[in-house]
Amino acid sequence: MATQYRTIMRDGLWDNNGVFSMLLGMCPTMAMTTSATNGLGMGIATAVVMAASSLLVATFRNQITQEVRIPVYILIVAAMVTLVDLCMNAWMHELYKVLGLFIPLIVSNCLPLARLEAFAAKEPVLPSFLDGLFMGIGFTLALTAIGAVREIFGSGTLFADASLLLGPAFKAMEMRVMPADMGVLMMILPPGGFLVTGLLVVVKRMLDLRAGKAIQMGGAHSAA
Amino acid sequence: MKLDSMKHGMILGAFCLGFGLLLAVTDRLTAADIAARALEDRMNSLSQVIPNSIHDNNPVTDAINMKDVRGKEITVYRARKDGKVTGVAYEIFGSGYAGEIKLMMGVDAEGKLLGVRVLAHHETPGLGDKIEEKKGDWILRFTGLSLANPLPEKWKVKKDGGQFDQFAGATITPRGVVAAVRGGLEFYAAHQAQMTEVN
Repeated sequence: MATQYRTIMRDGLWDNNGVFSMLLGMCPTMAMTTSATNGLGMGIATAVVMAASSLLVATFRNQITQEVRIPVYILIVAAMVTLVDLCMNAWMHELYKVLGLFIPLIVSNCLPLARLEAFAAKEPVLPSFLDGLFMGIGFTLALTAIGAVREIFGSGTLFADASLLLGPAFKAMEMRVMPADMGVLMMILPPGGFLVTGLLVVVKRMLDLRAGKAIQMGGAHSAA
Repeated sequence: MKLDSMKHGMILGAFCLGFGLLLAVTDRLTAADIAARALEDRMNSLSQVIPNSIHDNNPVTDAINMKDVRGKEITVYRARKDGKVTGVAYEIFGSGYAGEIKLMMGVDAEGKLLGVRVLAHHETPGLGDKIEEKKGDWILRFTGLSLANPLPEKWKVKKDGGQFDQFAGATITPRGVVAAVRGGLEFYAAHQAQMTEVN
C-alpha cells in the first residue's frame, strides 16, 4: 500500500510530471508563467481543483457509466472551479484579487481531465485524491520553475509581489537579481514561454538519463 | 438499447441537477459577501483619485450616469463636503498601442486634476506599461494640472510639441493617455453644471 502512494507521489512530482513529461496543460503554462509568483498562484489554484475533482470522480466512479463519463468529468471540473471562484471571492478576497484571474482558466486545462480519465475513474478514493493532489503540486513546481527563469531573465526580479499572494511574511522572498533595464523583453512575451519550457524539458530528460531512468514520453498513463 | 440511453441520460441529468444545486446554494451563500467586497474595491480605487480630505459622503453610492463623448454610458462618482460637490471621478478611455486603455480620473470643482490611474490596458510589458502607478511615477504628473495649465496646445507628448514625456520605445501609449485625460477635462468643462448639480 505504502509503495503505491510513494509511486503516486513520485509520478506526480517528477517521473510523470504533467508539464515536463506529459506536456499537458500548455495553455495556462504559457500564459501564466511571466513571473514565478504567477506560476505559483496558477499552480496552487489548479492543485486544489484537481484534488477535489479526483476525489469526487473516484467517489462516483461506479455510478458514472462509460458513455457519459466525459461530460460528467467536465461538469465536475467546471463545478469545482466555479465553487472555488465564488468562495475565494467572498471569503479570501485579497488572495482572490491575485489568483482570481487564473481560476476560470483551469477549465481550459486538460491535465485535470486527463488524470480523471487515466486514474480517478478506476482507482479508489484515497489514491485518486493523492494522485490529483500530487499531480497538482507537480504542476505548481513546474510552473514556478518556468516562471522563475522567465522572470529572472525578463524582468530581473524573482518572486516579485509574492507577498500579495502569500501574505506580508513572505516579503523577504521578493528579490531583485539584476537591474530592470537589463531584462530581455522576449522572455516575458509568449516566445520566451516556449523557449524556457522546451529547455527545462531537456534539462529534466538529461537528469533522468543520467540517473539511468527510461524516459517516459507523452503518454498520460496511470501509475497503476 | 433505448432503455440504455435512457439510463445514461438519467445519470448525466442527475449529476447536472446535483452540481447545479450545489452551485446555486454556494451562489446564495456568497452573493452578499461578494457584493460587499466589490463595493470596497470600488471605494479603494476611487480614493486614489479623490482624496478622502475633500469629502464626507460616500462617492460610490453618490453616483450619476451620463453619456460620454462617444455616447457610452459612464458612471460619475461625486465627492461632497457639507452637501456641496467638491470633486467628481469618472472613467475615460484612451487608444493605446494594443487596444483600449481604461483610466479613472478625478477632477475638483474648479476643473483641476486630483489624480489619474490606469484601470486596465493591454500595452506591451516593459515598454508601454510604465503608465501603471506601480511601474513608474509618470501617471502621477497629471495631478494638479488643468485645461489652463498647461495651455491646450501643450497637452501633447514632447515628440508632438507638447510637455509630456514619452517613454523610450513607446510613444503611442503616452500619447493615447494624454489625449484621453485632455478629453476628460474637456468633458468636465462642457458638463460641469450637470455633474456638480446638487439634487
